[in-house]
Amino acid sequence: MTRVHDRGGWPGAGPVDKSEHELSWWEKRTDAMMVLLQSPDKRVIRVDEMRRAIEGMDPAAYEKCKYYERWLTALETLMIEKGILTREEIERKVKELDGRR
Amino acid sequence: MHDEHGHPHHDEREPTYYEKRTDAIQTLLIEKGLFTADEVRRAVEEMDARSPARGAQVVARAWLDPAFKARLLANAKEAIAELGITVGFEATIVAVENTERLHHVVVCTLCSCYPRGLLGYPPDWYKSLNYRARVVSDPRGVLNEFGLTLAPTVEVRVLDSTADMRYLVIPQRPAGTERLGEEELAGLVTRDSMIGVAQARTPASR
Repeated sequence: MTRVHDRGGWPGAGPVDKSEHELSWWEKRTDAMMVLLQSPDKRVIRVDEMRRAIEGMDPAAYEKCKYYERWLTALETLMIEKGILTREEIERKVKELDGRR
Repeated sequence: MHDEHGHPHHDEREPTYYEKRTDAIQTLLIEKGLFTADEVRRAVEEMDARSPARGAQVVARAWLDPAFKARLLANAKEAIAELGITVGFEATIVAVENTERLHHVVVCTLCSCYPRGLLGYPPDWYKSLNYRARVVSDPRGVLNEFGLTLAPTVEVRVLDSTADMRYLVIPQRPAGTERLGEEELAGLVTRDSMIGVAQARTPASR
């Protein structure tokens, strides 16, 4: 069975949107966190784990998400799987930071 | 002025869902000592400093120096290191050469693998579902959309990248560039020509 990330030859694909956007600050930081955690001196994440976490996303979410939204979802998944973070901890921190804004 | 996440203070709008989660995860990972705020900032700066100009320098040298080109085609990472360019810890890089008879175009059908060390962040379209789907099934059609129409006699090879293998296309050296030096030549080498969706610029079109 073809999985959602395996896009080569995917039917019904339309013209390529060639417009570009400057990455926003959160996108750059998500990229940076992923790179840092994969760096040889940290090795918290392997590139294949990252791929698997993206590829394992719910197919509907995969389709809907923008590129770095998938990365951030994968980062969250991996940190929880590895027991480094918990979902509750993340939600608490989101609320805590909200209160400080 | 920036706050602890580097958001500009004048930015008054409500942060998005993903911005909030990025802030929360970054804060937690810093608190837990996985990295420091400084390391994140430096990693962003390092990535921002990478641009297609690096790849262009490599291509220009390959155009001028056949021995370098041979080394580049044989072992790209080592050859690139000769120019003092470090491509980071990422995967193997394979350089391929476009000629009058053979044209390479690069994709990552599974995601977005790209020679980031040489070209910087990949463009949005490279990561788009439509490009990933169609460039393998209708490469000439996609190249047409990019304004590149190849003669039917030109063979088109689509290279599908993986996390462990990323490609640099050496575009054809444009005619009329015999007298140009390395820096001028590098100015003709665009990002898109190193992905294979365009030719290098000609001196007239610069």
